[in-house]
Amino acid sequence: MNQLDFPILSLMMGLPMAAAIICLFLNAQAARWLALATTLALFVLGIVLWANYDIGGPQWQYVERSDLFGNFAWALGIDGISMMLIMLTVFLMPICIGASWESIQTRVGEYMAAFLFMEVLMIGVFAAQDIFLFYILFEAGLIPMYLIIGIWGGANRIYASYKFFLYTLLGSVVMLIAMLWMVQDAGTSDIPTLLNYDFAPEAQTWLWLAFFASFAVKMPMWPVHTWLPDAHVQAPTAGSVILAGVLLKMGGYGFLRFSLPMFPEASEQFIWLVFGLSMVAVIYTSLVALVQQDMKKLIAYSSVAHMAIVTLGLFAFNRQGIEGAVIVMLSHGLVSGALFLCVGVIYDRLHTREIDRYGGLAINMPKYAILFLLFTMASIGLPGTSGFVGEFLSLIGLYEVNSWVTLVATTGIILGAGYMLYLYRRVAFGELVHEDVKAMPDLSAREMALLAPIAAAVMWMGVYPESFMAPIRGDVGALVARIDRAAPEGDAHLKMGEAKAIAKDHAEGEAH
Amino acid sequence: MNSITLIVFLPLLAAIVAGFGNRIIGNVPAKVITTGALFAACALSWPIFIGFVSGTSSAEVVPVMTWIISGDLNFDWSLRVDTLTAVMLVVVTTVSALVHLYSWGYMDEDPDQPRFFAYLSLFTFAMLMLVTANNLVQMFFGWEGVGLASYLLIGFWFKKPSANAAAIKAFVVNRVGDLGFMLGIFATFLVFGTVSIPEILEAAPGMAGSTITFAGMRLDTMTIICLLLFIGAMGKSAQLGLHTWLPDAMEGPTPVSALIHAATMVTAGVFMVCRLSPMFETSDVALTVVTVVGACTAIFAATVGLVQNDIKRVIAYSTCSQLGYMFFAAGVGAYNVAMFHLFTHAFFKALLFLGAGSVIHAMHHEQDMRYYGGLRKEIPLTFWAMMAGTLAITGVGIYWLHAGFAGFHSKDAIIEAAFASGSQVGQFAFFIGVLAALLTSFYSWRLMFLTFWGKPRWIQSEHIQHSVHKTPEQAGDDTTGGYHPHESPLTMLVPLGVLSVGAVFAGFVFSHAFIDDGGFWNGAIAYDAGLMHAMHEVPLWVKLSATAAMLSGLATAYFMYFRGTDRPARLAATFSPLYAFFFNKWYFDELYDRIFIRPAFWFGRLFWKKGDEGTIDRFGPNGIASVIASGSGVMKRFQSGYLYTYALVMLLGLAAAATWIIVQGAS
Repeated sequence: MNQLDFPILSLMMGLPMAAAIICLFLNAQAARWLALATTLALFVLGIVLWANYDIGGPQWQYVERSDLFGNFAWALGIDGISMMLIMLTVFLMPICIGASWESIQTRVGEYMAAFLFMEVLMIGVFAAQDIFLFYILFEAGLIPMYLIIGIWGGANRIYASYKFFLYTLLGSVVMLIAMLWMVQDAGTSDIPTLLNYDFAPEAQTWLWLAFFASFAVKMPMWPVHTWLPDAHVQAPTAGSVILAGVLLKMGGYGFLRFSLPMFPEASEQFIWLVFGLSMVAVIYTSLVALVQQDMKKLIAYSSVAHMAIVTLGLFAFNRQGIEGAVIVMLSHGLVSGALFLCVGVIYDRLHTREIDRYGGLAINMPKYAILFLLFTMASIGLPGTSGFVGEFLSLIGLYEVNSWVTLVATTGIILGAGYMLYLYRRVAFGELVHEDVKAMPDLSAREMALLAPIAAAVMWMGVYPESFMAPIRGDVGALVARIDRAAPEGDAHLKMGEAKAIAKDHAEGEAH
Repeated sequence: MNSITLIVFLPLLAAIVAGFGNRIIGNVPAKVITTGALFAACALSWPIFIGFVSGTSSAEVVPVMTWIISGDLNFDWSLRVDTLTAVMLVVVTTVSALVHLYSWGYMDEDPDQPRFFAYLSLFTFAMLMLVTANNLVQMFFGWEGVGLASYLLIGFWFKKPSANAAAIKAFVVNRVGDLGFMLGIFATFLVFGTVSIPEILEAAPGMAGSTITFAGMRLDTMTIICLLLFIGAMGKSAQLGLHTWLPDAMEGPTPVSALIHAATMVTAGVFMVCRLSPMFETSDVALTVVTVVGACTAIFAATVGLVQNDIKRVIAYSTCSQLGYMFFAAGVGAYNVAMFHLFTHAFFKALLFLGAGSVIHAMHHEQDMRYYGGLRKEIPLTFWAMMAGTLAITGVGIYWLHAGFAGFHSKDAIIEAAFASGSQVGQFAFFIGVLAALLTSFYSWRLMFLTFWGKPRWIQSEHIQHSVHKTPEQAGDDTTGGYHPHESPLTMLVPLGVLSVGAVFAGFVFSHAFIDDGGFWNGAIAYDAGLMHAMHEVPLWVKLSATAAMLSGLATAYFMYFRGTDRPARLAATFSPLYAFFFNKWYFDELYDRIFIRPAFWFGRLFWKKGDEGTIDRFGPNGIASVIASGSGVMKRFQSGYLYTYALVMLLGLAAAATWIIVQGAS
């Protein structure tokens, strides 16, 4: 069956499902402990998955399949990219539960159930090998998110989830229609088979657009990004963490898994669209982030700018661009998740997200200030942190295709430094002017336990990214080979000149 | 364990221990560990350098571990040691070790000392990673690492709004340069298929004359790559246009200014151009740009330095100006001379900054030279140290004896090399170089006269008033206000002494190796023996021109600030527009504020309010909602039941799909 002779992926979906149901009937404290135990168990299973993953082995591993009815099958299996995204999910989940430990006091059982159910769906999305199974999990994944925002969210939660709903609805309907057509045309709903099926170029165009409608919203790309700041602002801390950490990766995963390999010609045809929207996003949302007064909104807008680097890297059609995009996805999942946790830490103390209400936290919360600084720097893409590796690879890949677009996208490193340092200055530096801010205690042991593992992962990915890149190497290679036929020509057009003799000798030690 | 590994990683280890462990181990051990680590690194560095000077060492690369592998693009963490690195190793570790020691005294009253020492050591680690880089990306790592440390140290007193603003400004302006650096790395990889420095340098001559398209323009390949990388160098080395952060960086504690903003980090740009010199040699256009930018910075910064009143700002502009010298030396092909000036400058400029710190320490944190005066007798040791630094920077020496202070050997060589290069731009640089030498001498002596000679003007200073609890009126004729400046403690005087030795002898002792010995460089930079030869053959008036400029500057300063102290004010009144132009730093900050900062915020608000809220939301989700609402009363039901509606739509879709699958499967 697979290298473990055991349906581990089904277990990783079944276990949280069962725990979610049990949580509904438990009291608050028991539900918390059950959720924590379950998510930690899943993290352990994730490590088992990673440890036994055969790098350089078959593309699809841990495959399991049982036909249900018609063409529909419970088909699961992962490649390296899926595995890294599942790792991201199971790594962040216990942290989310921990982040909700004290701040959620109402309907705790249901809350934990919603999170566990979401974990089922997220693992499922990355593991699904049947296109309809993918669709169900992909769309259903939003339901618990709606609930989390709608029930445990802030004052304006109804508007936020309504916006989220409107945006997603349109995209998912057209994507479903496209999927139905594809299955009819190819005669299978098996994703690995579809990956190598060549759709007619004319059909590809509208199929690509149908998928794009869904993925662009999830990504989110400019101009369909306006649901994200509102959703983040209204969501509880852990909701923001999982939204930024994992749900935003579904759009990128969709491009990677469907749009590019299934419709290479159409992808090439629409490069201008993706590049155009992404360039606008980098400049536009970075400038908007600069003027935000609300911490969560600021980080939400910065997410849109970072996700634009993902789309640019993916549509570079080459290895550096795509590997970089995957690393940006993983890195952003960790870093923005951590930044939202950092906001949550001080929100729990002062109950406001308004930046100007803080200031001087480096004085009374030094541990917090150090960690917040680390994540700020990772967000800016300082070399040695995960942020740099992904950004650098995406942009270097992009440069091979288009120097203009790279020039525009790289200005993001200036703007990113601007808005993040401006935020950090207003929160952590300056005098402690407000009495209530002065009274805020430094990180508790629980909060330290949430942030420290992410900090370690961010540094690890920055200094030795090979651990994360080795598993995805083969899969990116397969993808690049698949789309190579449609790869655009670079704009560099390097032309060799006449060999020119260099007059000056290069330090041959001929000094007198 | 290799000694280079220890040199690089000891400071990192010390930074971690002092930064995270100071609550456990206490303040003094944290200071002992960081300072000890730096002295150890320094002690290990000098033998490497001496090995290269005596010709017994050869270049090597010590691998550390894999960093990134992505298809053709792969590079490691590794430590390269060659002549160029060895020069930087001694500069960085020596100045850093002395600055650590100096900070024991200077920062004695600060409650956050372990944090300060941890940052200093972290900076040193990043700088060492930069100078030992064997590939462009590791150089970029060090580049950004020193930027981070600089940000943290400028903003060390983070309660001060001005310090925070300066820290952000330094980081963001440097990022503008980094944009160029990154694009340069991208273009290098595209063209050469590698980011390994030795491989690029080997392949570079073969690329000369090729063309490439960049951002829609058809350009010479090597020119565009070199210029992009040079933009990075301009940011880090505060060259004209990207210099605005450096004077503001003086908000940081003075030891930081000495280490980062004088001796080491700001010279990283010069180091980069020298490290990549075989590449720059392939593009005359790029070299011309380097020369012109360097020369313009040299003269620009010197003019601003003439009229500043803050002692640290005078030295900051002086640094900016001296970096300009180094760049135009590199631009005319005299990379070894640029490195020589970098080497001597590190000693005398660190000395001047630390000396200024000692003066500030003595004067109760007053930095305005207008309130100094007559300090020569009060703090004699500091005075003599500053004197050594001033003699070095102004280039005092006697041509016929081939002997002088450090700057005499290195700066005069730059001026001669510019002349000897024979090109038109070289002549331009020569002319600017001489003129800037005059201004250098003037502002340096102005600083000395205002600080150490004349009558005390201390009571005008608010800091002194606070100290002696008197207003100028109460003090009456006693312009000292009864204040007694105190000489600095031994921890501060020892570094001053050591650096004074460097300022006096570094030029004389190492002149031969740096300038005339191609074997010393051994391929680490593009060494142009022909140019060095031509340099010795320039006419006598050229050789004496720098000394003449130095003497004229001294005479003018003496005339204005020693003899007739009312003359500067009269002169400023006569040429008030020019004075205001210089005093306001050519209005760069005002210009940038209007064309970059304010528009960025204005556009941000525009996009947010008019774009996101006024257009996208208005015609998007809100628009749809209002259309439905105006049509019927459905909206209300719709809004309250959106979740169910969504689930319904999805389920309907799925049901359709399932039905279809079943039908398909059956047929």
